[in-house]
Parts: sequence; C-alpha cells; structure tokens
Amino acid sequence: MHSVTVKCEFLGGLDVIFGGVRKSECTVAAQEPPTVKDLMYHITETLLVDKKDFDVFVEDGTIRPGILVLINDTDWELEGEDEYVLQDGDVIAFTSTLHGG
Amino acid sequence: MPSRTPNLCQRCEANKAVMRRPKNLQKLCKECYFHVFETEIHLTIEKEKLFYPGEKVAIGASGGKDSTVLASILKTLNERYNYGVHLVLLSIDEGIVGYRDDSLATVKRNQQQYEMPLEIVSYKDLYNWTMDEIVSCSGVKSSCTYCGVLRRQALDRGAMKLGINHVVTGHNADDMAETVLMNLLRGDTARLESSTNITTKSTGSPIKRSKPFKYCYQKEIVLYAHYKKLDYFSTECTYAPEAFRGTARVLMKNLESVRPSCILDIIYSGEHFKLKQRKKRPGPKKPVTESQETEIRSDGSVSLRNNGNRCEKCGYLSTNKICKACILLQGLELSRAKLNIAAEAVPKVKEDELQHRLQHLSF
Repeated sequence: MHSVTVKCEFLGGLDVIFGGVRKSECTVAAQEPPTVKDLMYHITETLLVDKKDFDVFVEDGTIRPGILVLINDTDWELEGEDEYVLQDGDVIAFTSTLHGG
Repeated sequence: MPSRTPNLCQRCEANKAVMRRPKNLQKLCKECYFHVFETEIHLTIEKEKLFYPGEKVAIGASGGKDSTVLASILKTLNERYNYGVHLVLLSIDEGIVGYRDDSLATVKRNQQQYEMPLEIVSYKDLYNWTMDEIVSCSGVKSSCTYCGVLRRQALDRGAMKLGINHVVTGHNADDMAETVLMNLLRGDTARLESSTNITTKSTGSPIKRSKPFKYCYQKEIVLYAHYKKLDYFSTECTYAPEAFRGTARVLMKNLESVRPSCILDIIYSGEHFKLKQRKKRPGPKKPVTESQETEIRSDGSVSLRNNGNRCEKCGYLSTNKICKACILLQGLELSRAKLNIAAEAVPKVKEDELQHRLQHLSF
C-alpha cells in the first residue's frame, strides 16, 4: 500500500461544489503509487458535498475539460496529466475556467 | 539525442516550462509566457489600429478574470509602447446581492492597484430596477435576456457620461468561438457575419466596442492572472446562466481537449464566412418609398428606416421607435403595478412570505 499527502486548491469558483472549501490536505492511498486520477476519485468521495455534482468535476474518467490543473504551479499537460505520480507535499490546483469573466 | 530536460522552455531554452500553449502546443517558462502573451496582444492592437494617441478608453470591468487581466495588460502595454491612451474602469452594478456587490469590491481594489479612475453605473439609477427585483418579478428563466439588454445600454450610457467613445471588453477567443457556434446552430446568419469583428458599433451609436483578447485563449488568461497573482473575483452569477450558451461552451471545451487549435480555427472560419445577399421577399403590398416604410416586428416594436433614431421614451439611440430596454422595462412595470396592488390588499402578511408567494404568481 502506498500513501501520499498532497495539498489541493479549488479555484475559479470550483469551491462551490466542495462546500466553499478552497484549500484542503488530502492523503491518498492505493496499491500502486497514487496518481492525479486516484486523487480525483479521492476528492469526489471525500470532499464533494452533493454527489450530483460529480459531473462538474469528472468527465469520462478524467478531470472535466475546462478545469485547469496545475501541479506545483506547472500546467499538468507538461506533467503527464492524470497519470502524474503524486509526491508528498505536492500542491495540486484545480481552477474552473467555465465561469464567467 | 542530447540529454535534455524534457520540460525546458522552448523559447529561452534556459528555464523550466510551466505551461503549454493551446494554440501551438509550445512549452514556455513563466517569463517567456508573459512576454509572448503581452506581445501578441500588442500586435493585435497595432494591426487593428484599435487606439489613437490621446484617446479616452473605458475598460468594461466586472472584477472577473478577463476584465482584470485586460486592465492589467492594457496598463502595461500603454506604458511600454506609449499608446498615449487614457484608461478608465467602467463597471455596471446590476444589483445582484452576493454576486455583484462582492465583485465590485474587487474592481475597487483594481482601481487602486492600477491607478485608474473608476465609474460605476447602476441598473437601479438608470432603470429604477435592480436585477434582484427583476428576477423576483419575471423569474430566473429570462434573467440573462434582461441583464444582457440592460447591460449593453448601461455600458454605453456610462461611457457617454464620461465623454468616452470607446469601450473595451475582456471577451476572449473562447467566448467568440462560442458565439460563432451559437449563431451557426441557431441559423442566425445576420449575427454570424459580424460576430468575429474585433470592433463593433451599433448603427447610429457614437460608441464603439473592441475586444483586444479576441485571439486569447481562456486558459492563457487564467494562467496569466494566476502567475501574475492578479486580484480577481470568481463566482458564478447567482442566477442561472444562459442555457444554450452553457451547452455551446461545454461542446467547445470538449472539442478543445481533442484539438486545442479548434477555438482559433472556428474564429478563422467565422472571419471568412461571406453570406450570400438575401433575396428580397416579394410582398403583396405596393412598393413604398424608403422613408415611409416601417416594419412591425413580432414583439410589437416598430422599426424606423433612418438610423440615428432615438427611443421615444428614454431618448437612447435605437433603430426602433421604443428601444429594447424600454420595451422590457414596460413589461416589468405592469407586473410591478400588480405586485403593489397585491401588497396593499394583504397588509398583514410578512414581507418575505409575500415575496415568496408572489414569485409563484404568473402574469
């Protein structure tokens, strides 16, 4: 069993589906070293207030398009997206770009 | 292959890349990204000749990410390239408690941060209605229709009050591609042709509107705000977003994840649409001379041929006898009159309870 603890941030209005929580520390455990995808399911299981909002965060088994993910302030597209293997102390920021400007 | 860090900035080849640009998949470090993003906007401004020296320009500022980044970048570019424009923040207070009051606080901080004058125009002052009152009267469903019509006019009036003929807004490439898509899906060919113009102007209106972010991806604007640590406000409007636009937006985002360039591609297509001249429908009525011809529209408004007409009620420029805002407000006034009668008839009922009951009334 592998376990890592990371910091999560929900920005751009995304906090509304997590009861107004903007920052949270998450400990993710999995058989294999946990990835961003494992974190995503961990978040929906533990932080999501209304399970109906699952689709706001997840689409087709990955983070929904339109939500920007930064891994330690770097675009997740440069880090392997949802296959990125989490390290202790990582800061993972999810920012919704679907809200009005 | 020389051993190189895979995520090195492809421009300076010195720093670690922090982002990948959606339009060309280029990997850039923070500094190079700022430089490239700002320079591209400058080139758009130059190519389109958006400003002239000494021009007074109002930035339509909502406190959200797009307009905050717009204010920040225009200030930077104005100083860097000596545009010589005078920038003013212009905000609209729609009167939505818990949404606009919070975002206006952000605009007020921006005023200090960017050292720009700020003018706030409220629906209440202009129309004697707040959006909250309108929604309690007409329901949430049509809120975006009212708000859109009223905001358009409010921005113009605010600019006029300041003696400004040019309003810039933070509309970005995603917004524009969405609009092209919506007009295409609705068959609204009249709007389709003009929907990709960087500068628009209503007929007869002295105020033009420009979108300097026309070619900027939403993602890049959000990242710019994030890396520059700009102070912006992000909460969805309390009222339901325009349903059809929401659907078009989701469609766009899904397309973008498969093919990131598609946003600019849709704009490119929009720019090159050339519509066939529509045939005049042969009518049974006798031909009339242009100046006499009036058209009665399905919504009851009467169109007048000559441009530069003024609304008979409010004096605002309008192609119709009565402008769209006044037509909407007239309808609302009728409902409010009924509300007042109802309120007088049952004086003992608590106000909130009454409000609640009234919301379920239909007129």
